[in-house]
Amino acid sequence: MDSVLGILGGLLAVAGAAFLLLGGLGLVRMPDVFNRIQAGTKATTLGTLLLLAGVACLQPDWALKLFLIGLFVLFTNPISSQVLARAAHRSGVQRSPLTSVDKLEEDIGERA
Amino acid sequence: MSKARDPVLMFVALLLFWVLLNGSLASDVLIVGALAAAVISLIFRNGLGFFSELRLTPRALFTTVLYLGFFAKELVKANLTLARIVLASSLPINPGIVKVKTRLKSKMGRLMLANSITLTPGTLTVEMQGEWLYIHWVTVDSADVDAATAAIVGGFEQYLEVMYG
Repeated sequence: MDSVLGILGGLLAVAGAAFLLLGGLGLVRMPDVFNRIQAGTKATTLGTLLLLAGVACLQPDWALKLFLIGLFVLFTNPISSQVLARAAHRSGVQRSPLTSVDKLEEDIGERA
Repeated sequence: MSKARDPVLMFVALLLFWVLLNGSLASDVLIVGALAAAVISLIFRNGLGFFSELRLTPRALFTTVLYLGFFAKELVKANLTLARIVLASSLPINPGIVKVKTRLKSKMGRLMLANSITLTPGTLTVEMQGEWLYIHWVTVDSADVDAATAAIVGGFEQYLEVMYG
C-alpha cells in the first residue's frame, strides 16, 4: 500500500513539474505580456495542484493542509493574473503584432 | 434571504479553516480560533458575498459538484492546449481581446465566472464592466460578441446561474 501511494505520488509530482516546465517555456516563447500571463497562469495552477496532490500521496498526514494550499492557489492565481493583465492594458504595453482585435481598446476610445 | 445567517456562516467557515490549519482540537486552540473568528465575522458582517450569495438548496449544491467536475476537465484541457501551442515550432496563436456578456447578476457569480475563464483554454479576463467582460483570447475564433460569449461563457454560466443567480 505504501509503495503504491509512493509511486502515485511520484508520478503526480513529476506530471506537475512537467506542466510547470511547459509554463516556463510558454513565458519564453509567447510574444507579449498577455500571452505570457496566459501561459503562466494555467500551467502554474495545474502544475502546482498536481505537485500538491503528489506530496499529499507521499505524506498523507499533510493532506488537509495541502488541500487548503491548493484552494488558495485556485482562488488567488486567476485574480492576480487578471489584475496584472488589466494593469498592463491600462498602462498601454506593447501588444504583439499578431493581435487581431482589441475590443477593450475600441470601447475605451469611444468613451474618451 | 436572512441577513443574520451571513456572520454565522462566516464564523463557522473561519473556525473550520482555523482548525484545519492547526490540525488540532485542543481547547486552547479552539478558544483562540473562536475569538478571532467571532471578531472577524462581526467586523466584516457584510463583507463576503461568497457566503451570502451562495444558495444552499440541494440543487445548488449538486450543481456545485457538477461545476467542479466541468472545471477540472476544462483546466486540464487548457493546459494540454497550451502545451501544444508552446511546443509547436510555428507558435500557432491568433491573440486578441474580445468582449462577452454574462447573464449572471450576483457579484460572487461574476467573480467565479471571471476566475473560471482565466483558468480555461486560452482565455484571460482582462477587464469587467457590469455585465461585460473583456477577454484576452490566445486563439480568437470569432470577434463577434454573441459567438465569443457562447464559446467562452456558455459552459460555466449554466452552472453558476444555478449556484449564485
